[in-house]
Amino acid sequence: MIALSKILKKQRLPGLLERLIKERQVFAPVKRGEIILIREIDSPSQVLLEYKNAKESPKAVLFPQRETLFRYRTERGKADVEVPSGAARGRVLFGIRPCDARGLLLLDKVFGGGCSDPYYMDRRNGTLVVSLGCAEPNPSCFCLSMGGGPCSAEGSDVLLLDLGDGYLAEAAGEKGAALLEDQAFEESDERSLDLAEKTKKQAEASMKPVAMKENLEGELERRFSDPVWKDLAESCLSCGICTYLCPTCHCFDLCEEGSGQAGERIRIWDTCQFPLFTQQASGFNPRPTGKERFRQRIMHKFSYLPETQGLLGCVGCGRCVTECPVNLDIREVLTSLSEGNAR
Amino acid sequence: MMKNPYVPFPMRIEEVIVETEDENIKTFELSFMAEADEKRFLYTPGQFAEVSVFGTGEAPFGMASTPTQPGRLSFSVSKIGVVTGALHRMEKGDVVGVRGPLGNGYPLERFKGKNLVLVGGGFGFSTLRSLTNFVLHECNRKDFGELTVIYGARRPGLLLYKKDLEAWKTQGDVRLHLTADRAENGWQGHVGFVPEVTRSVAPNPRNAYAVVCGPPAMIQFTLPVLKELGFGDEQIYLSLEMRMKCGIGKCGRCNVGSRYVCSDGPVFSQAELAGLTAESHF
Repeated sequence: MIALSKILKKQRLPGLLERLIKERQVFAPVKRGEIILIREIDSPSQVLLEYKNAKESPKAVLFPQRETLFRYRTERGKADVEVPSGAARGRVLFGIRPCDARGLLLLDKVFGGGCSDPYYMDRRNGTLVVSLGCAEPNPSCFCLSMGGGPCSAEGSDVLLLDLGDGYLAEAAGEKGAALLEDQAFEESDERSLDLAEKTKKQAEASMKPVAMKENLEGELERRFSDPVWKDLAESCLSCGICTYLCPTCHCFDLCEEGSGQAGERIRIWDTCQFPLFTQQASGFNPRPTGKERFRQRIMHKFSYLPETQGLLGCVGCGRCVTECPVNLDIREVLTSLSEGNAR
Repeated sequence: MMKNPYVPFPMRIEEVIVETEDENIKTFELSFMAEADEKRFLYTPGQFAEVSVFGTGEAPFGMASTPTQPGRLSFSVSKIGVVTGALHRMEKGDVVGVRGPLGNGYPLERFKGKNLVLVGGGFGFSTLRSLTNFVLHECNRKDFGELTVIYGARRPGLLLYKKDLEAWKTQGDVRLHLTADRAENGWQGHVGFVPEVTRSVAPNPRNAYAVVCGPPAMIQFTLPVLKELGFGDEQIYLSLEMRMKCGIGKCGRCNVGSRYVCSDGPVFSQAELAGLTAESHF
């Protein structure tokens, strides 16, 4: 794939967004009170691109926290089921961070692989991802240690890099190249490319690597029965905030809303951190305490997903680090699991 | 498999059979309401489906019927939770939703030409009933070697599929060993736990596969007996149970190590399980 680079002058951004809004649903960072969230916009003026990262990951745009899978209506001897119609318009995720764009690649594997998920894929196929590189990563960021980077283009159709008076736009693939056909973009020059390269290098250099073993996947397998899990999980409240905010976590529940006569089956986010997640009707629970649930989260992200999907279940966005109510830092967990020998 | 894997198709309850003397297990005989649904539902013994009670929810059950019985599916349901409770209140003529078939099923191709030893306990016998009836079917019997079935329950009155058990006894080409943990008047089968009976029956591991399905404690004590008899890990198959929702390996609930019981299983060889984490409990 040949990366295509163009320049987007800042004064031309509103025009671009206006044209996108006409054709698609555009989701971009907006300010709500004191926090930044990725929300649908109807005017370019709502967009805020000078931000660190959104409080929530943008996964809800493709995998809503609650959605109707079908509606049913029954009468004696009969049951009718109706699936809601799919996304009418294409979508754009505009100005999300590279870590979150990269997180979509894992969701694509989970929902698109094996028995494909029609709800996710319908939205995903019509979605254009325009991400914004990070010149100044947060202290909680560790994308570089997870195989990505503050200016990684993985998972993005177009990656924007802020050069001061404009953005360098790099397109990968057809979808991205098509966007760069828009009149807002102009040819890039040598100076801009150099500046972009310098920005990338500086951003990467500013990040502190996570001290952990190279072959963490194998190490975790050896440590499944290690007593260290009990210590690591000691302070965890099983609140699940880490999984709700995570750009790659995708566990869900299927529930009924309605009566026996009419209602709908919904899909709603769930978390492996809740005790009832695996509780069987018989009363047996294969993950009865916080230790097993904490271990499941770490094993899933750093051992099972690498094995089954070829990708880590972590992109280093740092949301679980900043939002954990008991200050459990996943980077320290990975370091602890890399220290000494398996027991 | 259906186009949208989350959407059930309707099936009508044709018969409800109370299986056990405590009435806690009922078998639901269901008929397809649309020909297209039946055509799509191609399954092998050991696979399962999610059965919906609209307004209550859905739960996974292994097919107790075999693909050699066209037009019908049967599911044995132990009344234990919300969905199973609602199912137990349903009657002939009522409609449920079904989605599937799900999971991998028993490896029939691998079983061909081999002797089979099926070891089941209590309610876990449903897919072994499916497998037994499949093997005994006149079109399939010649494809398999000797068939030994060891099946136990706490009391004789808790054994399922009484009609089938009677038929198998007289059929001659299956060695059936029934056992009850406690004897009762008139009981002619073995008395004792399934692992002990397995040891006394002593099936020969040569050219054989064993399939074990039942409560965790039964599996736990049967595995060493099979090993003692000479069955290797790759000759032993288990059907696992975990809490499931989606049935297609996405909702993140039923994994044992890196494998989802719903989509990679529910049938695993002991050799496969040994390669997973200690989480498998066996």
